[in-house]
Amino acid sequence: MKYLFTIFAVLTAVLLSYGLYQALVVAPTEQTMGEVQRIFYYHVPSAWAAFCLFFVNLVASIWYMVRRNRKADALALAAAEVGVVFCTIVLVTGPLWARPVWGIWWTWDLRLTLTLVLWLIYVAYLILRKFSTSGQTPVIAAVLAIFGALDVPLVYFSIWFFRTQHPQPVVGGGGSIDPRMLHAFFINLIAFSCFGALVCWSRYRFEMAHRDVEDRQALESIMEAGASR
Amino acid sequence: MSSDGLTRATLIKDLRLEWRSKDAINSMLFFALLVVVIFSFAFDPTAEESRQIAGGLVWVAFLFAAVVALNQTWARELRNQVLDAYRVSPAPPNSLFLAKALGNFIFVTVLEALMTPLFIVFYNLRALGPAWQLPIVAVLGTWALVVNGTFFAAMSLRTRSREIMLPLLLFPISIPALLAMVEATTSILTGEYSAKFWIVLLVAYDLLFTMASLLLFSFVLHAE
Repeated sequence: MKYLFTIFAVLTAVLLSYGLYQALVVAPTEQTMGEVQRIFYYHVPSAWAAFCLFFVNLVASIWYMVRRNRKADALALAAAEVGVVFCTIVLVTGPLWARPVWGIWWTWDLRLTLTLVLWLIYVAYLILRKFSTSGQTPVIAAVLAIFGALDVPLVYFSIWFFRTQHPQPVVGGGGSIDPRMLHAFFINLIAFSCFGALVCWSRYRFEMAHRDVEDRQALESIMEAGASR
Repeated sequence: MSSDGLTRATLIKDLRLEWRSKDAINSMLFFALLVVVIFSFAFDPTAEESRQIAGGLVWVAFLFAAVVALNQTWARELRNQVLDAYRVSPAPPNSLFLAKALGNFIFVTVLEALMTPLFIVFYNLRALGPAWQLPIVAVLGTWALVVNGTFFAAMSLRTRSREIMLPLLLFPISIPALLAMVEATTSILTGEYSAKFWIVLLVAYDLLFTMASLLLFSFVLHAE
């Protein structure tokens, strides 16, 4: 198990370096957007990693509600935390890219707004976990994760219709893509998936170790109290 | 006692408590009034502008005011360990939840009924679209706020600084409902487009989250 983690970490590092080389050196400069377009190789894979991690959080939360497995809860927490970090990267790199290309930092377009709402829901999730004083934090957090997931399609449809009512600046555009660009993109997509999984995995291991220590300390203090009586 | 009877008993108890103390309704009313006045100063709209922004103003004022009532929902039951008594009693948790949600629904509806004339006066409002749809939007929108609010208020009971926890949980989840209420109200007031899609969305939201709350409430009630 320990070796597996190390091997995975090395593999991720190699993939990330190769992806960086591909994105910055090999991939050609985009004609209209210029060098700034290279942020795309990090922006989209981060979004992908964030959405995958939020999905892992949902599955782990449901798993916890059904089985009351404490590993599932630790996984849900790890996935939500790392997912919020990746989602923040998306929300920061997005405006950095949008400003020179679209001339605006932000637009309330479907994808942007959906990402922002997801980020808000998961930040609320983390605050709830942080502020909860009961021993049943996992249950309450899992319930909130399920509510958040139910909300996503409604958010999607409401913003989609809101946007069709109010005209928007034209975002995106067609054109053919250089195969080297696609190559760099897919390498980074795989690398970021591995990276997200790796960080989530180590956060999960840390959380489990942390809980073991807490349990042991609690047990020790009980035993000491018993011995002193 | 049957589950209907339990719902009715809890609801009547809450209404009687509110009738005698008038805590929630008074604080909600004054709070909403302040929001109306402050918005009016902040934006200083003309009649045409206020028709465009009134949907947003009304619902933001009601949302903020509703949080005041929602925060009091369960806090009352913590005193004298009433909530613990509910937990150990064989009473179905859902009838308790329904009673609380209905109680909040009545409080917020009364607030809306009292505040709407004020809004009309202060902002010189007149609906250009089909005004008969407004009560439908109000009922659906209020239930959307109240069903999730009652649920999240129960969730935030066991947290530090729970008064602030409720809006932190409620607002992000309520975004689609809030968008639907605001857009439906604006479309009816301006008469520029149909409110049909938004009403359907509100119905979907209400159904989905009422079912989810009823399915998951027992977990939240028994989480100690």
